[in-house]
Amino acid sequence: MSIVQSFSIWFIPFLIGFILLYGTYKKVPTYETFVEGGKEGFSIAINIIPFLVGMLVAISVFRASGALDYIMMAMRPLFSLFHIPAEVVPLGLMRTISGTGALGMTSDLIATYGPDSFIGRLASTIQGSTDTTFYVLTVYFGAVGIKKMKYALKVGLLADLIGFLASIAVISLLFYS
Amino acid sequence: MVNYIWVGMMIIGFIVAGINGTMDKVNEAIFTSAKEAVTLSFGMISILVFWLGIMKIAEKGGLLEVLAVMFRPIVKRLFPDIPKDHPAQGYILSNMAANLLGLGNAATPMGIKAMEQLKILNGGKNEASRSMITLLAINTSSITLIPTTIIAIRMSYNSQSPTDIVAPTLIATAISTVGAILIDRYYYYRSLPKGGK
Repeated sequence: MSIVQSFSIWFIPFLIGFILLYGTYKKVPTYETFVEGGKEGFSIAINIIPFLVGMLVAISVFRASGALDYIMMAMRPLFSLFHIPAEVVPLGLMRTISGTGALGMTSDLIATYGPDSFIGRLASTIQGSTDTTFYVLTVYFGAVGIKKMKYALKVGLLADLIGFLASIAVISLLFYS
Repeated sequence: MVNYIWVGMMIIGFIVAGINGTMDKVNEAIFTSAKEAVTLSFGMISILVFWLGIMKIAEKGGLLEVLAVMFRPIVKRLFPDIPKDHPAQGYILSNMAANLLGLGNAATPMGIKAMEQLKILNGGKNEASRSMITLLAINTSSITLIPTTIIAIRMSYNSQSPTDIVAPTLIATAISTVGAILIDRYYYYRSLPKGGK
C-alpha cells in the first residue's frame, strides 16, 4: 500500500520535471508556452460551469427529495451480494452515457462522503478509469458516417463494466485490505 | 438519453418530495447545489490551467511523436488489417499518445482522422470495420496518466492527499483497456463464420 501511495505522490513531480527538462532540451520557450496552454485550461473550467450546474441541481433534487435513498435501499441487497457499494451504481451507469453527468455525480459523492472516504476514492477512480462510451461512439462513428456499428456498443459497454468492477477491486485491495 | 435522465431526476425528485414532505429541502437543494457547481468549477481553474500549461510544453516539444514511436509495435499487433505505413497508423498513434497525456482536445480530432482513413480502407462502406471497433474500444477505456479533473475536485473538497488515486486509477484503467481489447477480439472472431471478413 505504501509503495502505491508513494508512487502516486512521486509520479506527478517526476512527470512535470521530465516535461520541463525535455521542453528545455528541445528549445521550447517553456514559460510562454505554459501561459499559452494555461489559457485553454481556464476556458475549459469556465465552459464546464453550465454542465455542472445542470447536473448537480438535478442530482441534489433527486437526493434531497429522498428518491435516491429509496432506490439505494431497494438495490442494496442485490449489489451487496457481489460486494458492490450501492452508492456508486448510479455513477457507474451515468459514466457510460454522459461525461459531464458523471462528473457531477462524482463531485456529489465526494462532497457527501468526503474525498478520502472509501466511496470518495472509489468514485474518483471510476470517473477516471473509463471514458464515455456513448459519446465516443457518437462522435467517432458520427463524424465519418458509420451507420452499422456491429458489435462496437457491446465491446464499449462491457469494457465500462470491467473498469467499474476493477475500480472497486483495486480500491478495496489497496486501501482497505 | 441524457435529456430524459436529467428531466427524469428532477421530476421524480419533485414528486417524491411532494409525497415525502421534503419539498423545503428540495427548494434549498436547488440553490445551494447551483452555487456549489459554480464554486467547484472555479476551484478547478487552478489545476486545469497549470496542467494544460505543462502539457502544452510536452506537445510543442514533440513528446507526442516520441510516444507514437514507442507505441508503433503495439499498434501493429492491435490493428493487423492496416497496411504498413498507412496514414491511418499515424493518426491512431497520435490519438493514443494524446489520450495518455490527457489531451482530450487533441485526441478527438486525431481519432476522427483515423476513422476517416479506416473508412477508406474499408471501401467507404457505412459499416464499422474490425479496426474501427478496435480503435473505439481503446478510446472508450482510454488510459490517462493523470486524471486532472478528479484531482482538482478532490482538492476543492480538501482531500488530505488528492493524488493518491492516481495509481489505483492507472491500474483500473489498464485492466479495462486490456479487457476491452480482449472482448473486441472475442466478438471479432465470433463474427467470422457469419461471412464477415
